[in-house]
Amino acid sequence: MTKPEFVYVTYIETTAEKLWHALTDRDFIQTYWMDCILTSDWKVGSRMTMERYGELKNECVILESDPPRRMSYSWHSVFDPDMKKEKPSRVTYLLEPQGKTVKLTVTHENFADGSKTLPSISFGWPMVLSNLKSILETGRTLPLDAPELAATETAHMRG
Amino acid sequence: MDISKFTPHTVYTIYIAATPEQVWQALTTAEFSRKYFSGFAVELQEKVGGRFVVRAPDGSEHITGEVMVCEPPKRLSVTFNVTWPGLVEALGETLVTYEIEPAGDAVRLTMTEAGDRELDDDIYSGGRTGWPAILSGLKSLLETGKAPAIKMEPPAKMLAALKRMGVKLPG
Repeated sequence: MTKPEFVYVTYIETTAEKLWHALTDRDFIQTYWMDCILTSDWKVGSRMTMERYGELKNECVILESDPPRRMSYSWHSVFDPDMKKEKPSRVTYLLEPQGKTVKLTVTHENFADGSKTLPSISFGWPMVLSNLKSILETGRTLPLDAPELAATETAHMRG
Repeated sequence: MDISKFTPHTVYTIYIAATPEQVWQALTTAEFSRKYFSGFAVELQEKVGGRFVVRAPDGSEHITGEVMVCEPPKRLSVTFNVTWPGLVEALGETLVTYEIEPAGDAVRLTMTEAGDRELDDDIYSGGRTGWPAILSGLKSLLETGKAPAIKMEPPAKMLAALKRMGVKLPG
């Protein structure tokens, strides 16, 4: 039996410091995170909010921060009534330098059985992390249509 | 072989700034694969029933298979069997499917690995660590013209699981 979790690995030609900055800088995040705004001071115990087009999507709390190696936060999706009832899940970033690249592992876990949040984030993470890799390696984001893809994400979540 | 009986166990999705034709070419030709797949050469006979081979840098056949679905540049399914002696007998056949879909002016590539029987999760750790390295390299190659060298080796837990199943490891 596989645990209800989502794990995504990507290799990015950059340094751990630059990747850490890309994962925690509000203005930089907005360029690749499908128009999402993440606000936090990223200190353990602090809140982090994720908003898109003025709507609060996810409420988070920073659980671990070890720059530029490891970050962990709780994730509670509040934009959907069923998801809002679910217990918070947990996201962990692991940054491991390998040669000229950094291996980034994103683990999103602690989902209840039948979680509605899990299919939604499983659709979203590959897009966000592909876009992150593109901007760090080429200076440009992917030619995705962000509003349209954000809508697809919601449709996918409703299954 | 009835591929509808295969169950997916590993899925990897990646978005690439390229055309579907470029992604198809990168997945199916040696000219491209050598640059992002540790020097390994992909050879594909582009028709159902055609042969699929991944050749190691020394020229030996590392993976062999048969083309089950071939719809360039949208969908390719091949059987994908590592040629270690006794491996297919122990694990059954593996089926790899690439789906290439437009996403805005970029491409969403989804790789799905499926099998005809349920195996220990540790066996799947090979694909789960290998595909992100291979497809990260493919994306870099198409977007920047160059793929960074990414070290790949079989995970220890996969080798241990194979050993438990009585598969003799090469080397």
